[in-house]
Amino acid sequence: MSTMVTLEEVERVAELANLELAADEAPAMQRDLNAILEYIEQLNELNTKGVEPLAQVSDLLASVVDSGDGATLRPDERTGSVDRAKVMRSAPETDGAFFKTPKVIER
Amino acid sequence: MSEIRVTAEKLVEKPLTIAELRAAVQSGTTKAVDLAEGYYGRIQAHNPLLNVYLALTKERALEQAARVDAAAAKGETIGAMAGIPVGIKDVLTMDGTVTTAGSKILGGYRPPYDATSVKRLEAAGAVLLGKINCDEFAMGSSNENSAYGPVRNPVDTERVPGGSSGGSAAAVAANLAVATLGTDTGGSIRQPASFCGVVGVLPTYGRVSRYGLIAYASSLDRVGPFAANVRDAAEILSILAGHDPHDATSSRLPVADYAAESDKDVKGLKIGIPEEYFGEGLDPEVQAQIESGIDGLRAAGAEIKKISLKHTRYAIPTYYLVATAEASANLARFDGVRFGYRSPKSTNLSSMYKLSREEGFGAEVKRRILLGTYALSAGYYEAYYKKAQQVRRLLANEFMDAFAGVDAIVTPTSPIPPFKLGEKTDDPLAMYLADIYTVTASLAGICGISVPCGTTAAGLPVGMQVLGPHFGEAAAFRVARAVEAAQ
Repeated sequence: MSTMVTLEEVERVAELANLELAADEAPAMQRDLNAILEYIEQLNELNTKGVEPLAQVSDLLASVVDSGDGATLRPDERTGSVDRAKVMRSAPETDGAFFKTPKVIER
Repeated sequence: MSEIRVTAEKLVEKPLTIAELRAAVQSGTTKAVDLAEGYYGRIQAHNPLLNVYLALTKERALEQAARVDAAAAKGETIGAMAGIPVGIKDVLTMDGTVTTAGSKILGGYRPPYDATSVKRLEAAGAVLLGKINCDEFAMGSSNENSAYGPVRNPVDTERVPGGSSGGSAAAVAANLAVATLGTDTGGSIRQPASFCGVVGVLPTYGRVSRYGLIAYASSLDRVGPFAANVRDAAEILSILAGHDPHDATSSRLPVADYAAESDKDVKGLKIGIPEEYFGEGLDPEVQAQIESGIDGLRAAGAEIKKISLKHTRYAIPTYYLVATAEASANLARFDGVRFGYRSPKSTNLSSMYKLSREEGFGAEVKRRILLGTYALSAGYYEAYYKKAQQVRRLLANEFMDAFAGVDAIVTPTSPIPPFKLGEKTDDPLAMYLADIYTVTASLAGICGISVPCGTTAAGLPVGMQVLGPHFGEAAAFRVARAVEAAQ
């Protein structure tokens, strides 16, 4: 199997994703990522020059999904939102009004 | 219709249809409360082995059942799902009920609102029994990625029920609910439906609101029903479908009476058979059952046409780039700040993010976040993510061209029958290949149904996948009904 992703790259990507991999986890992830990326290589058999990328199938269906009424924006009216107390009941740490976190800026 | 009496003690072995149960509740011969209690009794008896339900919502269920019974007693016309016990996959929110998405990182999380699909079912009178096990964040094909243990397949408890909506399929197969909600991003409704021998529906992208669905890959995620028969599934889809101001991708197209549509026969319908779905890797016993199902459709008057979908083999690599890229962005919200798990070892903000995620996510979720982050990172974006989006367009165009000549396409749902627990857990790529026939429709945004189509010699279920064009559910239901009728 070719090595496309080095251990250092796995650690760099983990850093980008805010994941701290355990010492034995990183080599396993490297092995799996390389196996998957090698499989993914076959996409290069296809010539996609000039093909517009498709991010959302709604693009294909614009004519039917929006049914021509132009209502992609809702009326600018005030409506209720979720209840603060209900939101805060699942917070790991809160003073009731705000979410609390460990210290953000070290002095 | 003959009188149907269901009591807590006497729940029938063969589940009744939604229409039969609703009629019995309407007439008062069966109480919705008794029905709910009967199902809770079955859950108590079978859940320890099958591990289908993660949480029961008994109070909410019995209050709803009592409301339905009171309405029926007053002679009011009850809703289309009135008194019908249903289960909800644990990636869909229920106000105040613990919703984990099968993850430790959401252990104990009580969302502040109901998913639109949940709300619509309840408004139609459905009795919500509880929350159902699934692969963590709907990532998996065997239900073995749940932080709360795997679900077992009721047909053979040494085997997996499929995934990620394995619990939702198993619940219907074991009659621990009359119907359930699942979600499908790359096959997560259709493949478990096939593995457990039930009906599962992937609606067209935009047909059912995603509001309240904990996002995995937003351009692919869909909500759909599981049921014991095609007509029940069709009835439920008519309730779930429709525009929702909370989901900008939900369609304003009128919703059909899919159950009535499914009553129409298949005479004159053109059905395409794509050769690429019958090649290497297809289990011969599965192939034999699907071919016999196709013979049944021909005998019922459908016109069978051979077609070709040449890009099929590129669907898995495309899917695992698109889905993981979107997942890496969607799952950034789980950081220990606003909800879910926060590592007690945190000393500062950065370590809180990292440790909460490291301890809260399972291996497959981390693998997909890493792959997605890699594919989106500087220097690789063009080679991977953009390339995948281009191939996605080719795949979608190919289906749209095919549907210019046929009303529906049929294929096997899964290349293999349900496999054993632990059989594929060490090889992520082998697990991904289990989705080879389902990811295509996910990428193209079209609709699909998995309908039971015979069994292997060992008695394991085989599912046929019926694909329809965008918003072409009506034809797909007709075909699925014909397959079901021939069993």
